[in-house]
Amino acid sequence: MSIDLKQFYQVFFEEAAEHLQSMEALLLNLDQNDPDPEDLDAIFRAAHSIKGGSGTFGFSDMAALTHALETMLDRMRKFELRPSQEIVNLLLEGQDAIHAQLNAHRGDGACDPAQAEGVIERVEELLVAAKHHGTSAPEAVSVAPASAKREQRRFRLVLPALAQPAIVENLLRELAEVGQLHGLGAIGPDATPDQLDLTTSLSYDELVDLFGFVAGEGEFRVEEITASAPVAPVAEQADPGFGFFVDLASLAPQGAEAPADPGFGLFAEAPASALPPAADPGYGFFLPLPAEDAIADAAEVTAAHGRRTSDDPQTPVARAGRRDTDKVVAAPAEAESSSIRVSVDKVDQLINLVGELVITQAMLAQTSARADPVLYERLFGGLVQLERNTRELQEAVMYIRMMPIAFVFRRFPRVVHDLAQKLGKQVELKMVGESTELDKSMIEKIADPLTHLVRNSLDHGLESPERRRATGKPEKGTITLRAFHEGGSIVVEVIDDGGGLNREKILSKARERGMNVSDSLADAEVWLLIFEAGFSTADAVTDVSGRGVGMDVVRRNIQAVGGRVEITSRTGEGTTISIRLPLTLAILDGLSVAVGDEMFIIPLTFIIESLQPVDTEVSSIQGAARVLHVRGEYIPVLSMQERLGVPGPTKRFEEGICVIVEAEGRRAALFVDGLVAQHQVVIKSLESNYRKVPGVSGATIMGDGRVALILDVAGLVRVVPPSYARAA
Amino acid sequence: MTMVAQGARTGDDPGLVGNAGPREFLTFALGGENYGMDILKVQEIRGYDAVTRIANAPAFIKGVINLRGTIVPIVDMRIKFGLGDPEYNQFTVVIILSVARRVVGIVVDSVSDVIALGAGDVKPAPEFGAALSTEFITGLGTIEDRLLILLDIERLMSSSEMSLIEDASTH
Repeated sequence: MSIDLKQFYQVFFEEAAEHLQSMEALLLNLDQNDPDPEDLDAIFRAAHSIKGGSGTFGFSDMAALTHALETMLDRMRKFELRPSQEIVNLLLEGQDAIHAQLNAHRGDGACDPAQAEGVIERVEELLVAAKHHGTSAPEAVSVAPASAKREQRRFRLVLPALAQPAIVENLLRELAEVGQLHGLGAIGPDATPDQLDLTTSLSYDELVDLFGFVAGEGEFRVEEITASAPVAPVAEQADPGFGFFVDLASLAPQGAEAPADPGFGLFAEAPASALPPAADPGYGFFLPLPAEDAIADAAEVTAAHGRRTSDDPQTPVARAGRRDTDKVVAAPAEAESSSIRVSVDKVDQLINLVGELVITQAMLAQTSARADPVLYERLFGGLVQLERNTRELQEAVMYIRMMPIAFVFRRFPRVVHDLAQKLGKQVELKMVGESTELDKSMIEKIADPLTHLVRNSLDHGLESPERRRATGKPEKGTITLRAFHEGGSIVVEVIDDGGGLNREKILSKARERGMNVSDSLADAEVWLLIFEAGFSTADAVTDVSGRGVGMDVVRRNIQAVGGRVEITSRTGEGTTISIRLPLTLAILDGLSVAVGDEMFIIPLTFIIESLQPVDTEVSSIQGAARVLHVRGEYIPVLSMQERLGVPGPTKRFEEGICVIVEAEGRRAALFVDGLVAQHQVVIKSLESNYRKVPGVSGATIMGDGRVALILDVAGLVRVVPPSYARAA
Repeated sequence: MTMVAQGARTGDDPGLVGNAGPREFLTFALGGENYGMDILKVQEIRGYDAVTRIANAPAFIKGVINLRGTIVPIVDMRIKFGLGDPEYNQFTVVIILSVARRVVGIVVDSVSDVIALGAGDVKPAPEFGAALSTEFITGLGTIEDRLLILLDIERLMSSSEMSLIEDASTH
């Protein structure tokens, strides 16, 4: 092969990751008592595709591991091995190991070869044990595929209805020589059978070759019938390549648009073109595997792909032909058909440019407002259209970065499965609104907090099966992940139907930790206490809780991306934790406030309320620091004019507005001259051309083209308690 | 923008003295003095717009402006060098520079010309000892019998003295 395989690595990695993901999903959904043969098949195919690919690209460790798994899966789909929890767990572990190997090959961390070896060893043990149990196993772990053996097989031959009797007779005579024909009783000399069974020691290919002498390829269909696997797509087993194509050929007439004959002609060619390269010794990169296996590899990959793409019969065949001759090259072409990979930089540049366009448009609108609408009617018409177009363009460009939240959600079945087993709980995971889209960078950032919340719900939220039974609930608890749009934000909820939060326990724990809490606190505020650092009301510390990030980190992470957390809980009925996130990281919901002649943006997520203080509500401490008295609480007041050094006469408190903000558990009242408006602003970095400014998290461009600074509420509030304590 | 930035990066040598071939300089006035800088560092020249002030910044950093979607800091060289009156009117000029992969605007009294100076036209700046820092002066030239002070604008802008960059470890 003169092609540099390295350039296809990325495609293989992506495909393999995809296969692993579908494998995991299928395994988790597998009903162990009554496994769906199609699922088993799909899992097998996924493993097989990875094996084929890793063999091709020379990742022998992955090939070895997937081979072991595949052997087991093969036995499972042939119903020689019953799936059990043990097997499923082993397969999941194997899947993890492959994932680690994959990442290692990708240059993304190292993997421990012992992990894979351990899995292989255990698979072998398990297979040997199963064999000793008396299940009929042709081979336990041997590398040679079953098809290599010369054994009697039974094939079903389906003949075209239009076949000439003379040809059929010819064929029958031939077949009688190589094996035993069944189901011929009804056939007289002038009646042509449309299908018959044959028991022979011939391999599939040989049989097809034989047919080739008497009938055109594509005019007949051969299926292998095995007693042990009646449901599996049998053709695939003997020689998937042929089974697949021939199968399709016979399906073709059903495709509405293709008349029988041309369709046949087209498909008849496909297997022919597929064969030579498969038999070609040039397929050297399959060397570690037996040659026959290699054909199967290629064909099964195509089979899997064929199934994935719609039922249009032409596509898979055309693609199959190409893949077989040059499987590796075909892969990227396929990826391109539905999506393109573009660097985020390019998208960001596009977003920037559109942002400028919006500003220009706003400027034009402002300038033209002074013109006479009667004289410049057409100009105004054009401007209105420009506004609409730019707005739509901006939305469209923003959506480029959007991805469905399913990218985060799909890790949870596994998390829940593993954890539920460890905790001995029965859990059903429901996912709603997986197609809700949000910014790609946001998806990356909420994955960890969300995982923690789910683990937390499972560990602390859901009760044990015994307790659930005692309280009259079904033993199986439910955790629901729900995502939906609300206003300009996205809400992600983690809902459990567990025991709910315990108000008394939280309050007493808070007092224990020396927090000043009153019994009159609203429920919602009590629940939020669990986000305080080091706060845990768990009766016992398990290895589940206390691992990874704590709840305080969850809240901080969510706040860092401009989100908010809310909790609703009812004793005995369950808890809902909702995360409210902005659609993108690049846009922020803000309140613009006036300070002197300047305008600042306060991110809405930090704002609790705004109020106009009465003189008596503001008092000074030791003559310097001031506090605002709000409903029994003293909140430090930060004069934005002083803090931001805005020139101008100092205002009296009752002339301005206090915006009460909270960040990282601290509150402060930001004293400003007035509130201006609430809007969504595009966040721009100050640091790219300047430097970090204390108290400012970024900048944005207002409608008139001017720059407004976005306040870093967390940073402003952070300095509050110490500074006002020692203010004097 | 990218184009200019690339162009700017090519002329990265601090010492212009002794360089072969003429080089082009943008000359500008600050108070009564004439300055020149490498034309390749200049992105564009524009009028002075309303700036957004930045809290607790040195007086010579006037604030930031929106340059077609990018936030760009504006430095008033007249305040920095203590030359001329920092007046802002429709004739005030801002030179947008592309230095050290950043975009910075500087306010000057006026922009004069673009001139080419050969290696022989540039004299090294004399040492003034501690009285005056010549760190950012690459040499002295002459135009029409007037002194032209050549600045290493890139080095100046990325110095800790300008406090434009977080960690001024660039030199």
